[in-house]
Amino acid sequence: MFTYVLRRLLATIPVMLIVAVFVFLMLRLTPSDPAAIIAGDNANTEQVAEIRRRLGLDQPILTQFAIWMGRTLQGDFGESFFFKKQVAELIFDRLEPTLSLAFFTLVLAVVIAIPLGVVAAYRHGGWLDRIVMGFSVLGFSVPVFVIGYVLIYIFAIELNWLPVQGYQRLAQGVGGWLQRLILPSITLSVIYIALIARITRTSVLEVMNEEYIRTARAKGQTELKVLIRHALANAAVPIVTVIGLGVALLIGGVVVTESVYTIPGLGRLTVDAVLARDYPTIQAVILLFSLAYVLINLAVDLAYTFLDPRIRY
Amino acid sequence: MGHLRRSLFALAAAALLSGLSAPANAQKTLRAVMHSDLKILDPIWTTAYIVRNHGYMVYDTLFAADEKGEIKPQMVGQYEVSPDQLTHTFTLREGLLWHDGQPVAAEDCVASIKRWAAKDSTGQKLMTFVDGLTVKDDKTFIMKLKSPTGLVLLGLGKPSSNVPFMMPKRVAETDPNTQISDFTGSGPFVFKREEWKPGDKTVYVKFDKYKPRSEPASGFAGGKVANVDRVEWRAISDHQQAINALLAGEIDFIEAPPHDLLPLAIGDSNVKFFDWNVLGNQFTFRPNWTAKPFDNAKVRQALLYAFNQKDFLEAVVGDPKYYKVCNSYFPCGTAFFTEKGLDGRLNSDFKRAQELLKEAGYDGTPIVLMHSTDLQILTNLAPVAKSLMEKAGFKVDMQSMDWQTLVARRAKKDPPTAGGWHAFLTSWVSIDITNPIFTGFMNSACDKAMFGWPCDPEMEKLRDDFARETDPGKQKAIAELVSVREGEVVTHIPLGQWYLGAVMRKNVDGMLRAPAPVFWNISLK
Repeated sequence: MFTYVLRRLLATIPVMLIVAVFVFLMLRLTPSDPAAIIAGDNANTEQVAEIRRRLGLDQPILTQFAIWMGRTLQGDFGESFFFKKQVAELIFDRLEPTLSLAFFTLVLAVVIAIPLGVVAAYRHGGWLDRIVMGFSVLGFSVPVFVIGYVLIYIFAIELNWLPVQGYQRLAQGVGGWLQRLILPSITLSVIYIALIARITRTSVLEVMNEEYIRTARAKGQTELKVLIRHALANAAVPIVTVIGLGVALLIGGVVVTESVYTIPGLGRLTVDAVLARDYPTIQAVILLFSLAYVLINLAVDLAYTFLDPRIRY
Repeated sequence: MGHLRRSLFALAAAALLSGLSAPANAQKTLRAVMHSDLKILDPIWTTAYIVRNHGYMVYDTLFAADEKGEIKPQMVGQYEVSPDQLTHTFTLREGLLWHDGQPVAAEDCVASIKRWAAKDSTGQKLMTFVDGLTVKDDKTFIMKLKSPTGLVLLGLGKPSSNVPFMMPKRVAETDPNTQISDFTGSGPFVFKREEWKPGDKTVYVKFDKYKPRSEPASGFAGGKVANVDRVEWRAISDHQQAINALLAGEIDFIEAPPHDLLPLAIGDSNVKFFDWNVLGNQFTFRPNWTAKPFDNAKVRQALLYAFNQKDFLEAVVGDPKYYKVCNSYFPCGTAFFTEKGLDGRLNSDFKRAQELLKEAGYDGTPIVLMHSTDLQILTNLAPVAKSLMEKAGFKVDMQSMDWQTLVARRAKKDPPTAGGWHAFLTSWVSIDITNPIFTGFMNSACDKAMFGWPCDPEMEKLRDDFARETDPGKQKAIAELVSVREGEVVTHIPLGQWYLGAVMRKNVDGMLRAPAPVFWNISLK
């Protein structure tokens, strides 16, 4: 097991290197110039060239890459072109809102989607199943920003129950923190609920015809116990896999949701950095997202050993 | 165990409720959404308007334009000019302090002028006349000129980017090409660096020791009295969400909502509209002189005949309340407004445009027209230009891209077929184009001109004449000659004036009319 974890952790190094090269090249090959953006609309060619020189953007791409890579390997992501702050500081500042949003979304999705999926499987073919599946199709089909605007219109503008936008840090009060996370979390969780509910339904349906389910029923266990202890437990591996894979959806969703709700998290930072062509920030944020994704997948793989004793590494 | 659980529950509920209840706060805070998030903090280093607006919060100016555009003393208490107009003596007002409590001194202003003049085009021009800039005493400094110029007040009172903001000597001595890292100003608000969260909010608090002038506030001039304790610029990039937040009372002010969302905001009984920038803005077409066929004046003149302002204004703004056809290079409502150079043009005379193209021997080279798609106010301009140009006989290759890509590409002199460009459309804030020196697109100094690189010694001579002239009447005559020359060489084409005010909650009172939004004089009822 230890060897497996170590091997997987070592495998992240080439993955991150490939991501780093890809992101670096992608940014340098796009037709953009941070110096021109920084200089402003009234700047002349000489001013733009001077800024480009100061940022080191006049250097050959290989030199720029070597400098950036060298620093990154030492844990130094450099200074943002725009904010005159260390990129690490910028990211650290934005972690809390994003983690809060991701955590709430995940909890909400799991708490709602798994029971829905189980019930849909149990009532297979019935009206409840059709409603759950209908919701799933809707959840997949409607873009996150549309869900966001509809929820804002109903709950923030018409009913005035919740704030339209913004984020309050946990340190400023639990109430305000929660209040501002409700709508964004619901918005972001819809697609996630749809995905998990659908997979849960399929996985539970598959095991419902297994002999051990029949045995459990024959032993006189209640239907609830049969569903949770025997059906759901044995259907857990694909469900956990989807939850893990769904993190990619979550990362994409966070970018949109934070923009719609004006939450100053990593998603907003990514959008702002991309629009401003802030290379050091974009590179660091994408590396961070990639690392998170790789580590979550590792955690999912390790979780299999707990969910299915037959799996051993 | 049960008791512990109950206690924990009570504690959690109390924490929740305390967070839900509004904190008792006697401070008056104005929450504003600006046209952009503040990312750069040095108003001399960049020309971006949001940084200029930040500058007006934190820094003060020696002179300032009032609501009518007249230059008035601001930090300067006494200003004397020698009879030969070669010696200008400036004495600062008493009681001016930096935010760190130190008195503002003449040496600070000299250093600030030098840094500004190293970056700003008007400042650079002014310095060609300056023989020396010396400190006489703590409060007085002298500018000696080689020859008289009208640029002294025009430059030091320049209202828009780059504004000559005054900074402490230690800050102003920063290399002009390096961003400052000390944000001490002497303006009516103090920038709270520790509360600045790019992408979230920018915070300013009232500078209690600011000494306003005794005259009433007018434009950028007069008494800058801060009536709110705190101003927060909230970064809400989504226009619809900004309007939603305004309607819900979560913010108080939006600097520049798009025209199509205005009815949504103004329709609410708690919201009002205020047109703070009475001079408005001007749409502009910029050809690239270095790219064939725009190296030929007749081809550029053909554009003047092909275009008409109304089509552009209708397509972008729509509501005539918010636009004005203004056939002048200098905006309507400003001192040098003149229709000379544009008389008989900008009326979509396609026949004349076609004749000119024929005379120029236009061979059907496709015109690479850059089309900005992500800034709502610019999006519809290029398609209108394309349509009118095609009617005149041009072949147009309109290439769509986001504004930042356009900004990067327009700096390239490569051939249009190899990543360069022929033309693009943009918008200027009117105050930036009120005379031949301010108007960046009129700079015709070839490689040293702005992107598009017009090259016309005659235009440069006229601009120099304007800079040398101190008599307003004669300046007006030169501005007319510049306009006439423009009609011949066509460095750019004005495509109409448009207006966009702010929307705010009705309890926001006292906003001033000025070419940039300023927050002194505003109170919350």
